[in-house]
Amino acid sequence: MPRLNMVQAINLGIDQQMAKDDGVIVLGEDVGLDGGVFRVTDGLLEKYGSDRVLDTPLAESGIIGAAVGMAIAGLRPVCEMQFSCFSYLMIPQLEGHAARLRSRTHGQVTVPLVVRMPYGGGVRAMEHHSESREATYAHLPGTKVVIPSGPRNARSLIAAAIRDPDPVVFMEPKHSYRAFKEEVPDEEEVAEIGRAEVVREGTDLTVVGFGAMMRPILKATAEVDEARGVSIEVIDLLTIAPMDGETVCESVRRTGRCVVVQEAPRSFGVASEVIAVINDKVLMYLEAPVRRVTGYDVVTPYFGREKDYIPTAGWVRRAIEETLDF
Amino acid sequence: MPMETIASFEVARLNILDENGDTDIDLVPDLKPDRLVAMYRWMLLAREADQRMLKMQRQGRMGTFAPSTGQEAVSVAAAMAMGEKDWFTGAFRELGGRLVRGEPLVNVFLYYNGYEEGNLRPQGSADRLLPVNIIVGSQCVQAAGLGYAAGFRGEDAAVLTVFGDGATSEGDFHEGMNLAAVWNAPVVFLCQNNQWAISIRREKQTRSQTLAQKGIAYGMPCVQVDGNDALAVYRAVDEALARARSGDGPTFIEAVTYRLMMHTTADDPTRYRTEEEAKEWWDREPLVRFRRFLEKQGLWDKAKQDEMDQEIKAEVAAAVEEFEARDSFKADAPFDHVFGTDHAVIQDQRREFLARLEEVDNAQA
Ligand SMILES: Cc1ncc(C[n+]2csc(CCOP(=O)(O)OP(=O)(O)O)c2C)c(N)n1
Ligand SMILES: [Mg+2]
Repeated sequence: MPRLNMVQAINLGIDQQMAKDDGVIVLGEDVGLDGGVFRVTDGLLEKYGSDRVLDTPLAESGIIGAAVGMAIAGLRPVCEMQFSCFSYLMIPQLEGHAARLRSRTHGQVTVPLVVRMPYGGGVRAMEHHSESREATYAHLPGTKVVIPSGPRNARSLIAAAIRDPDPVVFMEPKHSYRAFKEEVPDEEEVAEIGRAEVVREGTDLTVVGFGAMMRPILKATAEVDEARGVSIEVIDLLTIAPMDGETVCESVRRTGRCVVVQEAPRSFGVASEVIAVINDKVLMYLEAPVRRVTGYDVVTPYFGREKDYIPTAGWVRRAIEETLDF
Repeated sequence: MPMETIASFEVARLNILDENGDTDIDLVPDLKPDRLVAMYRWMLLAREADQRMLKMQRQGRMGTFAPSTGQEAVSVAAAMAMGEKDWFTGAFRELGGRLVRGEPLVNVFLYYNGYEEGNLRPQGSADRLLPVNIIVGSQCVQAAGLGYAAGFRGEDAAVLTVFGDGATSEGDFHEGMNLAAVWNAPVVFLCQNNQWAISIRREKQTRSQTLAQKGIAYGMPCVQVDGNDALAVYRAVDEALARARSGDGPTFIEAVTYRLMMHTTADDPTRYRTEEEAKEWWDREPLVRFRRFLEKQGLWDKAKQDEMDQEIKAEVAAAVEEFEARDSFKADAPFDHVFGTDHAVIQDQRREFLARLEEVDNAQA
């Protein structure tokens, strides 16, 4: 099995779907000749030609609006927003149309499109290149939000997103793009959107996270297990919306303790939603209040200060220990 | 009934200074010798600072930035045509113009090293220089509002907004042009057409024969200038600003230039363009021709050049030193400036943040 990083794995996932279905079209700024600024679409132009890999003019609303039209007409557009922060320019098309057409027409008109975008900090980038705003998209009914955490699930999730009948916002943790490799089988794998995954089994506490936070989470849980002789369960959400509350609640029912981790600002975030679901379904099983490990409610600082503002394994470890000791 | 022409338009191009340093003397703007030398000096300073930053970036002493080498004439000449009360709002490739408008070089270094401090105007400064705009085209709409406000207050002020060829594809550009025109706002839209938007060449950005003609659609005067000709840029911007201030509304100027370097230091242009293409444009770059012009005017010689080179090197080196000597930044500054009002949710998080930092410090001590 080849060992791939996340960039290569997503590239492979798109490539495999393009090979299978000639309605899959890639479009975005610099996705063709340049192969995308992170090279996620590298080589696709050469392989599939400029009718299927479109280097567009600089226009985010245009890219998604055009993709809505393509999707209505039966194509499967896979769009790239160069960085998630520039994707807000497409919200009128996403919220106003892509996310609503199915409801508006009781299913007669559907919009199966994918919007890929790198998100998150830790890469010493300029302003607008480091934010985590998954909650913004997760809050739009009719929009699915998917966030992989490693090469293998990135490949199976992008495949699922491309085949999905609905608009999918596919957020790629850019900090993990080249951070590590995994074995990714040659054969196609297609994940199920809407399913979280228990990536580490345990009995004493559940940690819930996603995206770039999975690595610090796994480091912290291994440390605490070792130091305290406990066993901690870890859940990778993978799909942010619609959220898989069942997997989370099933775990918390067993462990009675939970810590939720997100890189994004604290208020109104994914962690808040996870806690609300726990509250709704398994409150009586809790032996300690659920803790959040999050960024702060400040405008994302420029990179000179960012290391103090992004949750680390240390932050997670501390929250786990406090929750165990409660 | 036969079809008849109901409107027709022309697009003019202005070029004053050619590559040999010769000029169309009737068109040379009325600038005193010391201003001409100053114009050259600002361009040289921008070039030296840009190249120095590139080296520092490669050594890990500078973050990602967008080099402006080759485009100095556009923003330097435009900024020099501005009046004290005029607003400047640009993108991220106007180093020279920003310096002319009073940006200390050390701020540029701070900014590109990841500190908001680089955006702070020097104490007591009244310059109307707004921070770098990374969201492509976004400044164009704000310029319409800045211009409207200046008119509303009856100020003798105009707005210069600078953006790239790629920006002309964004909705914000079109909305800003239209708003400014409808409001007859005192705005000069200055497009740096450097032929590329990352890997997208100008011909793939728009099918318009010129970018200048986009002004026509919005009902404003427009002109294309040789953007490597500082005299032409100066003249066009000066006239447009004067028109704006006298109540005659916005102008669109296309400055034709070339991005001689990579898009940003994270970009590899060999993936999408040939080195020959860049080489051709090196022959047309703005500094050499301006030096030849000054020499032909009897204002310049080798001794003066050597002296200025030394001076500029020292100036850049001093700014580097000042920047690198600065090693303390208030860690919780982001909490200070989320809002202009006080809120418990922010203060609680600040306390948590500071406690965490202290713990880390203690652990390391
Ligand atoms: C709204 C938005 N989309 C995408 C980007 C990423 N990006 C940064 S610069 C750039 C190209 C800009 O081209 P142009 O306007 O010609 O300016 P130049 O870089 O050539 O100076 C792109 C796509 C961005 N900063 N903002
Ligand atoms: Mg450009």
